[in-house]
Amino acid sequence: MSSTLEKSANWEIIIGLEVHAQVVSKSKLFSGMSTTFGAEPNTQVSFVDAAFPGMLPVINKFCVEQAVRTGIGLKAKINLESVFDRKNYFYADLPAGYQISQFENPIVGKGHVILDMPDGKIRKIGITRLHLEQDAGKSIHDSNSVNSYIDLNRSGIALMEIVSEPDLRTSEEAGLFLKKLRTILRYLGTCDGNMEQGSMRADVNVSVRRYGEELGTRCEIKNVNSIRFVQQAIEYESKRQIKEIESGNKIVQETRLFDPKIFETRPMRSKEESHDYRYFPDPDLLPLKLNENWVNQIIKSLPELPDERKQRFCDEFKLSIYDSGLLVDDKETADFFEKVVLNRDPKLVANIVLGDFFGYLNKLGQTINNSKVSSDSLGELIDLISDNVISGRISKEVLEIMFNTGQNPLEIVEEKSLKQNSNVDELEKIIDAILEVNKEKVTEYRAGKEKLFGFFIGQVMKKTEGKANPQIVNEILIKKLNNK
Amino acid sequence: MSLINDLTISQARKGLVEKKFSAEELVESFITEIESSKKLNSYISYNFESAIKEAKKSDIRIAKGDARDLEGIPIAIKDLFCTKGIKTTAASKMLYNFVPPYESTVTQNLLNAGSIFLGKTNLDEFAMGSSNETSFFGPCINPWKPIKEVHNYVPGGSSGGSAVAVSANLCLGAIGTDTGGSIRQPASFCGIIGLKPTYGRCSRWGIVAFASSLDQAGPMTRTVEDAAILLNNMAGYDSKDSTSVNKVVPNFEKSILKNINKLKFGIPKEYNLEDSNPEVKNLWEKGINLIRQGGGEVVDISLPHTKYALPSYYIIAPAEASSNLSRYDGVRYGHRVDGGSLEELYENTRGDGFGDEVKRRILIGTYVLSAGYYDAYYIKAQKIRTLIYKDFENVFKDIDVIFTPTTPNSAFPIDAKIDDPISMYMNDLLTVPANMAGLPAISIPSGKDNKGLPLGFQFIGKPFDESGLLNVASYFEEVCEFSDNKDEWWKS
Repeated sequence: MSSTLEKSANWEIIIGLEVHAQVVSKSKLFSGMSTTFGAEPNTQVSFVDAAFPGMLPVINKFCVEQAVRTGIGLKAKINLESVFDRKNYFYADLPAGYQISQFENPIVGKGHVILDMPDGKIRKIGITRLHLEQDAGKSIHDSNSVNSYIDLNRSGIALMEIVSEPDLRTSEEAGLFLKKLRTILRYLGTCDGNMEQGSMRADVNVSVRRYGEELGTRCEIKNVNSIRFVQQAIEYESKRQIKEIESGNKIVQETRLFDPKIFETRPMRSKEESHDYRYFPDPDLLPLKLNENWVNQIIKSLPELPDERKQRFCDEFKLSIYDSGLLVDDKETADFFEKVVLNRDPKLVANIVLGDFFGYLNKLGQTINNSKVSSDSLGELIDLISDNVISGRISKEVLEIMFNTGQNPLEIVEEKSLKQNSNVDELEKIIDAILEVNKEKVTEYRAGKEKLFGFFIGQVMKKTEGKANPQIVNEILIKKLNNK
Repeated sequence: MSLINDLTISQARKGLVEKKFSAEELVESFITEIESSKKLNSYISYNFESAIKEAKKSDIRIAKGDARDLEGIPIAIKDLFCTKGIKTTAASKMLYNFVPPYESTVTQNLLNAGSIFLGKTNLDEFAMGSSNETSFFGPCINPWKPIKEVHNYVPGGSSGGSAVAVSANLCLGAIGTDTGGSIRQPASFCGIIGLKPTYGRCSRWGIVAFASSLDQAGPMTRTVEDAAILLNNMAGYDSKDSTSVNKVVPNFEKSILKNINKLKFGIPKEYNLEDSNPEVKNLWEKGINLIRQGGGEVVDISLPHTKYALPSYYIIAPAEASSNLSRYDGVRYGHRVDGGSLEELYENTRGDGFGDEVKRRILIGTYVLSAGYYDAYYIKAQKIRTLIYKDFENVFKDIDVIFTPTTPNSAFPIDAKIDDPISMYMNDLLTVPANMAGLPAISIPSGKDNKGLPLGFQFIGKPFDESGLLNVASYFEEVCEFSDNKDEWWKS
């Protein structure tokens, strides 16, 4: 993803993101209607959502709480007084002809998100603001050649618009930012972060400049609905802008759309058609005033956030920053890890969870929640390794069976007699026999060809069907080979 | 029969309980009266069938001694209140066929008190107007006109239909809404009582919105006491309206004491307009003497920002209206004129569905909110609004109530001003400041001009002091001795 930088070493890309995050809430922002996803079209619509005459909005306190919670999670300033404004424009899926949003006085002010870069460095990305607004309905244009259909189920659902400072410089950083933001939102339980279902969408602002020059004209790419697309859109758009400027043209400020089928952005509407939204304070709603004690209570009730948790994993479990980071990226993983690690060796647990366990999850396309392997049974498997009942190699086989059948690891080990052979006498006999058969190799080894040690181990494992305790085999082999 | 149509709500309530007549008889009598008064065009739609049914139920309740506060009282509802199952048009082609599936809070409160709705009254389209001439259903006509006059006169607006229905005895009382004078000005033109409560006193939920920060529902009646009775059954906090105020509603009937002894009346010099009708000025002078006679004190006051109230109002109200009326797009309900594209659907529907005055205000409102003009118009108007409020706050430290004429002139002939919007807007000059400050204000008939047309006194009160206003109004009602001597020329 860093190809743009390499090719155009003297160009700097400036990226800012506006993320629309659907608030986790059972009811809508101003109507109290249910937010159930996937319901029959136009069944989750109140008279307020459909903008019937005389209907009035009433703020949903829980959605406000979610926005405040998110603001605190973004280390941002909570504005005790904020104002809802009307953003006026006509569209068939916007029943009132205006969207209730926040313009000049948002509920949350400046904050930041910390990014862990792959090189181990840290980047602090500024958050400009977060505001609450209502979503529009959905227009369906392609199911009929003549008519468009309108589904108002989404109309009035609460969104948080989270705006970043133009602090991002590469598509990779933008991707990391979105992932981190999503992690924070999921930790807070304020947005499910599901970009495929549209509960998180991003508008991407891109401009380019030669290093040291002033900011260039930006283009906004609207409504990109996956992290990969965001990165591809940035790649395409920055290259396009550089090419334009290098051919002596000027960048026109415009709204563009990303087409994931051809990896291109194209203009959405020209400047002449650009909207004048005529923002003004919504006279149906009084300014939103928050009680400071109430905000403090929310601060106290906040869960441990990914950055803090990562630090604790480093301190408490003596894990590397890298492993800790991987574990806390997803709240479910971190929770799962913490269940398994109880009274066990953290390093071993981290290795198994991040290694084999995730390997199988990915291979099978499962998640922690829907896989057949519980934290308890994975813990038992790790105990079998620690207690030398099975070898690490055999554990992979056991884990695979666990994923397939949901069986208890000990049960599998016994059923398939996979127990590790730690019987020194027995192993000595096997080894003696192997050394006897391979006398020439023994001589070579003793003459200094130490690489052959692995060959002997392999032979033992082959003979014992992998069940020999590798540590004991090691010890015996060293003893026997060195003991001329 | 017309005897029972003349009654006040208070008298009718007594008559019903004492079984001098039944609620059904009362309703029937009004239906007859309304049918013989169609010339006035005061109702847009009737609710007769249901009214008779409800009256029968009321009679049963009365017989059981189970009467509620407005049991069996036939009233009229401005066609801006959404009424469940009853067509609600806002006097616009845009909503000519709209039947709300819900009941506005205020009308629900009135239903809960046992009142009976005779029908929905005429108004200026979307309550935008001061003469009831902008109604899609034709102008409503003032029952008052100069003797031997051939031209019909306007009843004022926008609650013209309600004012006419009350004045011509086509209901016992009515409700209206007041955004810049829409209750008080027609009340004054029609010789009745009109009260605009404090902003937030009555819920706006279910009222077709004109200008949300100014709209307020209120009673229109033949007596001050009746206004108190209706308001008792309209007001109250409503969690469905975020601007509704959670404040105890006193029993307004009990505030009718007809006593102004020791009360301080502020007389704002800015309301003394150079081009006011001299009779309006003389009557105001007479009113000032009546204050002294009643033991009240007269205090000269100044409300320096009054002169900016009307121009600011005509920025703020259209701004809010332009946004409030965006929902009428032909997509979900109401009038629709199809087109080849979404834009065409909008243009055709809104071009055909809205009348000229509504379009004018949408244009003004869109203009003052647009980029580059917002600060110069809307923000500035909001700042002036704050100054206007502070003017009032200031004077109310020293006085109890403000006394002014309701309008600069009496009713005018139909068509006289319809093509001159500025002259039409001047009708609201004296009523608009109370809306801008959210204050309660009442208009009562004070006398007549030389043409024999009614004029009104306006009293503006402190926030939530409707009780004080009703008391003051009851004193003036008694001493002004306004006589309703109009002949019933409109009857067929």
